Amino acid sequence: MNIITNPKTLRGFERYVKVDNVSRRSILKGLGLAGGFVLAAPVMSRPALAAYKTGADKMPHGTVVDPRVFVAIAPDGIVTIVAHRAEMGTGVRTSLPMIVAEEMEADWSRVKVQQAHGDEAKFGNQDTDGSRSTRHYLMPMRQIGASARTMLEGAAAKRWGVPATEVKAVNHEVVHSASGRRIGFGDLAADAAKESVPSVEGLRLKDPKDFRYLGKGQISMVDLRDITVGTARYGADVRLPGMKYAVIARPPVTGGKVASFDGAAAMKVSGVEKVMEVKGWPWPSKFQPLGGVAVIARNTGAAIKGRDALTIVWDDGPNGKYESAAYRAELEEAARKPGLVVRKEGDVEAALKGADRVIVGEYYLPHLAHVAMEPPVAVADVKGDKAEIWAPVQSAGGTREDVAKTLGIPQENVTVNVTLLGGGFGRKSKCDYAIEAALLSKELGAPVKVQWTREDDVRNGFLHTVSVERIEAGLDKSGKVTAWRHRSVAPSIASTFAAGAKHQAPFELGMGLVDMPFEIANVQCENPEAAAHTRIGWFRAVSNIPRAFAVQSMAAEIAHATKRDQKDMLLELIGSPRILKLDSVKDLWNYGEPYESYPIDTARLRKVVELVADKGGWGRSVPKGHGLGIAAHRSFVSYIATIVEVAVDDKGKLTVPRVDTAIDCGTYVNPERIQSQIEGAAIMGMSLVKHGEITFKDGKVQQGNYDDFPVIRIDESPAVTNVYIVPPAPDTPPSGVGEPGVPPFAPALINAIFAATGKRIRTLPIGKQLEA
Amino acid sequence: MIKLQINGQERNWDGDPDLSLLWFLRDEAGLTGTKYGCGQALCGACTVIVDKQAVRACITSVSDVVGRQVTTIEGLHPTGDHAVQKAWRQLNVPQCGYCQVGQIMQAAALLIENPKPTHDQIREAMAGNICRCGCYQRIENAVHLASTGV
Repeated sequence: MNIITNPKTLRGFERYVKVDNVSRRSILKGLGLAGGFVLAAPVMSRPALAAYKTGADKMPHGTVVDPRVFVAIAPDGIVTIVAHRAEMGTGVRTSLPMIVAEEMEADWSRVKVQQAHGDEAKFGNQDTDGSRSTRHYLMPMRQIGASARTMLEGAAAKRWGVPATEVKAVNHEVVHSASGRRIGFGDLAADAAKESVPSVEGLRLKDPKDFRYLGKGQISMVDLRDITVGTARYGADVRLPGMKYAVIARPPVTGGKVASFDGAAAMKVSGVEKVMEVKGWPWPSKFQPLGGVAVIARNTGAAIKGRDALTIVWDDGPNGKYESAAYRAELEEAARKPGLVVRKEGDVEAALKGADRVIVGEYYLPHLAHVAMEPPVAVADVKGDKAEIWAPVQSAGGTREDVAKTLGIPQENVTVNVTLLGGGFGRKSKCDYAIEAALLSKELGAPVKVQWTREDDVRNGFLHTVSVERIEAGLDKSGKVTAWRHRSVAPSIASTFAAGAKHQAPFELGMGLVDMPFEIANVQCENPEAAAHTRIGWFRAVSNIPRAFAVQSMAAEIAHATKRDQKDMLLELIGSPRILKLDSVKDLWNYGEPYESYPIDTARLRKVVELVADKGGWGRSVPKGHGLGIAAHRSFVSYIATIVEVAVDDKGKLTVPRVDTAIDCGTYVNPERIQSQIEGAAIMGMSLVKHGEITFKDGKVQQGNYDDFPVIRIDESPAVTNVYIVPPAPDTPPSGVGEPGVPPFAPALINAIFAATGKRIRTLPIGKQLEA
Repeated sequence: MIKLQINGQERNWDGDPDLSLLWFLRDEAGLTGTKYGCGQALCGACTVIVDKQAVRACITSVSDVVGRQVTTIEGLHPTGDHAVQKAWRQLNVPQCGYCQVGQIMQAAALLIENPKPTHDQIREAMAGNICRCGCYQRIENAVHLASTGV
């Protein structure tokens, strides 16, 4: 693999791994807003104004603050606002345009949202990942809206011959109150387009007390009606004239390839038109396809039936012996020996030796699959040196780059249309399925839809890593924790980019290991080596899941050992309200955010613990067989605490009567969607506690569908999940929402189970552990 | 030639009689409201109503529904205002939305059979429909709302 690293052009995660450098050309292709009147004016200066700093401008292509790119006003007054991030259920396609509408005083009922195609030079970074959209775009979207408003006001003032200071945009029109004159946005559109775009520094932003939409939670998702009537368009719903339907048999072992195949029987299946080998890339190769044998048919059902009839001999390659039980033993062995020190305060070795007692916990979390309801799917139409893609991708810009590079054509020649995503959870950050469709379309000279079956999704995806977290806590005679050694061992996502990556990257170490917030004199975090044997990728909340599970379980273990209340112990461990200084940590990730704006603030962590304890009735008496558990965790620069009430019956069957979660995500936009994200996070958290496990044997994933990789269903789901959002202090920067709800759920539930039964679960999923 | 009744319209199929109703609907009839999620009747994303019962289209062949009335989301209500659809919107049920058509069809079938289900009955009847985003609390409340009048 040709490895060139230019940090300026790398995506956030790639900064830490060596990958091919993709040249980024400047692209200024029009969006083609149908019937719209695009504001056109001289180029504005780059913004410097912001109440706070985020890491947005360090992302590839940064932010674009330009109303001409994001806003169009038609003569009939319809305001079209571009959503440049991908919608996978977080509500971002509604929230970001709503911010623009708020600042420009547009009436939401006269706003249309248009999805941007992949073009980061034009729209700024589009990689919808890392719970970043609101925190990176709240201020840029406000500035875009304020710019558009200022241009509309300027146009009205000129028309009336009055100073611009005398006019004001109010609810889709500009008003001159001295004379009582008013004129609608539609009538002003043409003139407004002639106004120069104001400099960001001079923009007047609305006073938050005048907000109509932001922070109110009254606006439903723009796709709500379409979803309920079946017209919402996901990747799988794209149909083109002459389109062929394809499924692919991929190597069952990561790094394997086709040795030989026989497609004769497949060709006899009704509806099957062609069987062909498709190109794969050697592992690891970032997001490039695995290759295999494709069956092309007149419909998906025929293609699947044809694939079932294939005979393929695979060459399994170097990972053919990957076996989960043996690998767990390897991880445990590594966790019991010193590893690369990634944080060091005081002398942990001496403190552990001098401790009155040492509590040791070793926590295991297996591989997990995303199993979004919509499996990967993509449509491609490649004609000559041009390609058009329709796909549910989290990173439209990244998809464009990767498709262009694979086909050997310029990025300008690739159009990536982003459909709705039927769930993402990190799986759809990797665009291998779009590349597969492009390769097949090129080969066949026709539009092609590549549909992954559920089994493909489970067996050929990019799994959540597998990990052992080992914590040793040294206590003095009074029960105070004086030493904390945490070893984290897990194959890294970096292994998907570069062969031989054995240490976790800073962005993984920074998810709950080196940023551990407890006030302890002697702390050491270590990262022993672990080799990957399958494709490892992001999974909603990523490394925070095993880290919060370990750290927050250990907090409750210490509480039990010292006969203290879980919540009191947790607050004691968090310690005094302070900003963490992590001088010993090299390359502290901090979710890509500047530490000045987003420090680790234990006062905020304490506050969510206290809030959830108060609202969630911590300490209430519960029936026999019930128990309460609590956990708190900072991730994606938000602070979350969760209380779970569990009931375990005498057969070991568990139910969850109640969940309470408090979230401090700073300044927020849409509390209704925050609530839905936290409700959903409880379900995803409960799925991985109760059921989630992908295992390997002979290098192959042993599960394939929702029967052997179950997720929580409605009849096992918590009876009620209550969400409390911390009202932000003025000027608190916005922080993540999509992911942070997941990590504290598992330890809160595990701690509740201990309270109910006295059984301490250190291996997930629970499976049959409570039945014994 | 197989003749099918889908949303009150006749549709013809001259291909494989064993083709699943799901892929017929989506790829041959262009009715993409019905979703693929698992192919094994494990997730309910492909739920349609056949006569008055919820059926998983992924394990139902086109020949299985000959002579029966198939209703998909496109035919559930002429203006998309079935009580279940309205309740779903009122309570902002969906996140990604992909599974919601199947959930709505299952809920509509439940209400045909049991117009006033209890919360336990709702949980039981909806347990075949997976939502990976985890909208269950709202699904349960929306079915209840639909049954009590939106």
